[in-house]
Amino acid sequence: MSPALASSGRSIDLEPDEPIPGRSAAGARATRRAISSLGAWRSDGAARWLFIWPTVLLILVLSIFPLIASVALSVSRLAFSEGSVDLKFVGFNNYQSLLFGTERTHFLGVLKAPNPIGWAIVIVVAALTARAFVRSMRSGRVRAIFLAIRLITGVLLVGFVWLIVGALASDGGRPGALIVTLTFVFAGITLQYALGLGLAMLAVQQVPFRRFFRVVFLIPLTITPVGVGYMFLMMTDTSKGPIEPLWIALGLRNFTWVTDPWLARAAVIIGDTWQWTPFVFVVLLAALESLDQEVREAALVDGASRWQSFVHITMPAILPVTTTIILIRIIEGFKIIDMPNILLGGGPGTATQSMTLQAYIDWNTLNLGRSAAIAYLLLILVSVVATAYVSFVRRRVTEIA
Amino acid sequence: MRKGWSLRGAGLFASLALLASACAPATPSATAPASAAPGASAPASGAAASQPPQGDKFKGVNVNILTFNGPQVAEPLQRRAPDFERLTGAHINVIAVGFQTIYDKALLDASTKTNSFDAYVFNPQWLGDFVGPGYLLDLTDRVNSDPDLNWQDIGPFFRDFNATYNGKVYTIPLDGDFHMVYYRKDILEKDGVKPPATWDDYLTVAQKYQGKDLNGDGQPDYGSCIAKKKGAQSYWWIISVAGGLLQSQGTQQGAFFDTKDMKPLFGPNEAMTKALETYKKTTESGPPDETNLDVGGTRGLFTTGRCALSMDWGDIGTLAIGTYAQDKTGATITPGWKQTLDRNSGKLVNCDATTCPKAVDGVNYAPFASFGGWSGAVNAAAPKAQQDAAFAFLAYMSAPKQSGEDVTLGKTGYNPYRTSHFENLDPWLKAGLSRDAATNYLNAIKASLQNPNMVLDLRIPLTKRYEQDVLDTALAEYLAGQLDASATEQQISDGWNAISDEAGRDKQLQAYVASLGVQR
Repeated sequence: MSPALASSGRSIDLEPDEPIPGRSAAGARATRRAISSLGAWRSDGAARWLFIWPTVLLILVLSIFPLIASVALSVSRLAFSEGSVDLKFVGFNNYQSLLFGTERTHFLGVLKAPNPIGWAIVIVVAALTARAFVRSMRSGRVRAIFLAIRLITGVLLVGFVWLIVGALASDGGRPGALIVTLTFVFAGITLQYALGLGLAMLAVQQVPFRRFFRVVFLIPLTITPVGVGYMFLMMTDTSKGPIEPLWIALGLRNFTWVTDPWLARAAVIIGDTWQWTPFVFVVLLAALESLDQEVREAALVDGASRWQSFVHITMPAILPVTTTIILIRIIEGFKIIDMPNILLGGGPGTATQSMTLQAYIDWNTLNLGRSAAIAYLLLILVSVVATAYVSFVRRRVTEIA
Repeated sequence: MRKGWSLRGAGLFASLALLASACAPATPSATAPASAAPGASAPASGAAASQPPQGDKFKGVNVNILTFNGPQVAEPLQRRAPDFERLTGAHINVIAVGFQTIYDKALLDASTKTNSFDAYVFNPQWLGDFVGPGYLLDLTDRVNSDPDLNWQDIGPFFRDFNATYNGKVYTIPLDGDFHMVYYRKDILEKDGVKPPATWDDYLTVAQKYQGKDLNGDGQPDYGSCIAKKKGAQSYWWIISVAGGLLQSQGTQQGAFFDTKDMKPLFGPNEAMTKALETYKKTTESGPPDETNLDVGGTRGLFTTGRCALSMDWGDIGTLAIGTYAQDKTGATITPGWKQTLDRNSGKLVNCDATTCPKAVDGVNYAPFASFGGWSGAVNAAAPKAQQDAAFAFLAYMSAPKQSGEDVTLGKTGYNPYRTSHFENLDPWLKAGLSRDAATNYLNAIKASLQNPNMVLDLRIPLTKRYEQDVLDTALAEYLAGQLDASATEQQISDGWNAISDEAGRDKQLQAYVASLGVQR
């Protein structure tokens, strides 16, 4: 860094010690003022304003303003009239239609009475939640306001489990965009983490061609999600396409991914996993390579098995990285749209219609109010899940530390 | 302190200046200076635009046209743009986007006064959303006074219905769209099987050939191939299947809503139940992944000889050229029904002279003018020079010389729509069709065009929500087994009623009745 730009907290004195021969006093004063002004510009304070404001303004223009505008949009209805676009205030109608109205079956799903397994799940979750709440109450260390929050959270949790059970563990129920999205997020991330960690463990070994494999594993990450969508569209086509002979050889000529809801969801999860596992892999690889091998070797010398070494040394050591990467994937995963849209158009029926895809369909028909309402419900969901995850993991990390 | 604030103010100002410069529009594409385009304002309203070479009539004028990225539809525009530039000096930028995004891009661009597009080649069904707010230029005088465009050569249906809204012309047709049924002529003739006249016949033929080897590769093929993917074209086919059951008194009766009260005809009634069940049964004689195939998939299957029947627009007729299906493909009017809906009772009644006055041999045909055909429109807010050049380009594309060739090429996605397209067989023969195949193909389209019970596609405000949101979703759920027929009809009815109520039922009814008011 140039010394002139180094942050010193004061203006830089560029004035020469001795007057320059042949210069008048007035000229010297003018020079001093100019140099002083230049110095002030180069001061830390001005630089901070100069460099920070573009970012702040960009965030304001590109994030905060749209965030506020979309709130207004979500309680409005758009209409085009001569020379203008009218936004008519409709209150919470858009939210109402998603949660209780004509779109409820697409957003929340069709809920039926749980089967015995479903009842068992609901009862266990309700009992655990009640026990946790009673414990908090009895401890006497939790203030009333936080007790109330915990009570509300507990009721919401049980309600949420009821929603899942009513859609998935019942006769005649089916999930809506909310549960479909959660399925993609949690199933996808579980697979991506397991595979990414496995590959990272292999790549960190001194195996032949390790550099080659590292590059190859990263290729899916560099392909645009739309491209991956079309690639999987061809690969899952059992009647034509590049791997048709393989399907036929396996006796699966008339097999199809697209008529069964769970097979279709599996296809989406496989495609998403193929694309995002490399991201998990590369971050975990960096974490594993930075580990102090002496600790692990010492444990092995002391008689620990490789499994024990992995569980008790490696995993805790990479826990902070794991926490971060899963959080990033959770936030990203909720936005899934390309794969279900290109691969299946959200079908069969609405089996793979994620929340973002549902919002996109509304956007395409310029039902912008409902599209914004879905986006806000998604924001709330992501915030709750991410906060709960961070809160849960922070406690674990603290305990381990 | 003062100095600090002044410095901060300067910093803020500099930041704003940077941001403003970053956000400033790049050189506008539609900014040809008037002085650079002496001929730009030359064509007085309605002046001949597709006249012989005029060199620099639109020199320096850039025209942005938004359309579908097909690659069909955009292809002829892109291919002919350089020719048009040589003729007139106008530079045509074809901005091609996905089908699902044309509507929102165009409407948002116009409504927010961004006006980055000077013209659109889009779905004429959307005129209801564009004409009301005044986003499109009235082309009535221009089309009538352009001799090279030869407006009267365009089929009456496309002129009076597709291009016209509330009595004024807003679009120039570049494509003519009707659903038809294609069949393997060689196989059906060999087996003495007649092309399907009713949907019951269609199912019988489809079931007969399901699982048989139809192209000699030793592998079992399919009786019927219909593109049923959600978010693609599926919802249009059900309208073709239901058409004859819902409409029997002629085109002006309408097939979507009761013209008395805007009650959805797709709501719970026996006709819709029958149509849904029939549509689902065609899936049983189709490829295993038919519910995930769009027209790209089904056309590929038909032209490789893997389907005995298929329903499509006019495209298969030209796409078959040079494929396995060349000279093995027959085309026929969309099958009809021997029953129709009694709108008072919601029950099906048999066709007779009263219930189906337009029936032919007891079959109530109702060919569906699905989509209507890609059409060009000009942005009313574009600068005059761009408007003139855009109109001239669209007229050039539609003129008999250019369009006569384009409709014979499968890669364009354009189908015949001019009288001359049907009368002059030479371009068809030159494209590779045999005389028999060309005659058979054009006769199938003519039979649809001339049918007095033709079903007009929906063309009222929020059409896209009625069809591509509510109808498409309910249909996909029905095909996937998530809903039964009754629940599907109820969901469509509820969804359509909600949209009508939101937009104003009386206003929508008025628009619907007006859209059926075509006089032929």
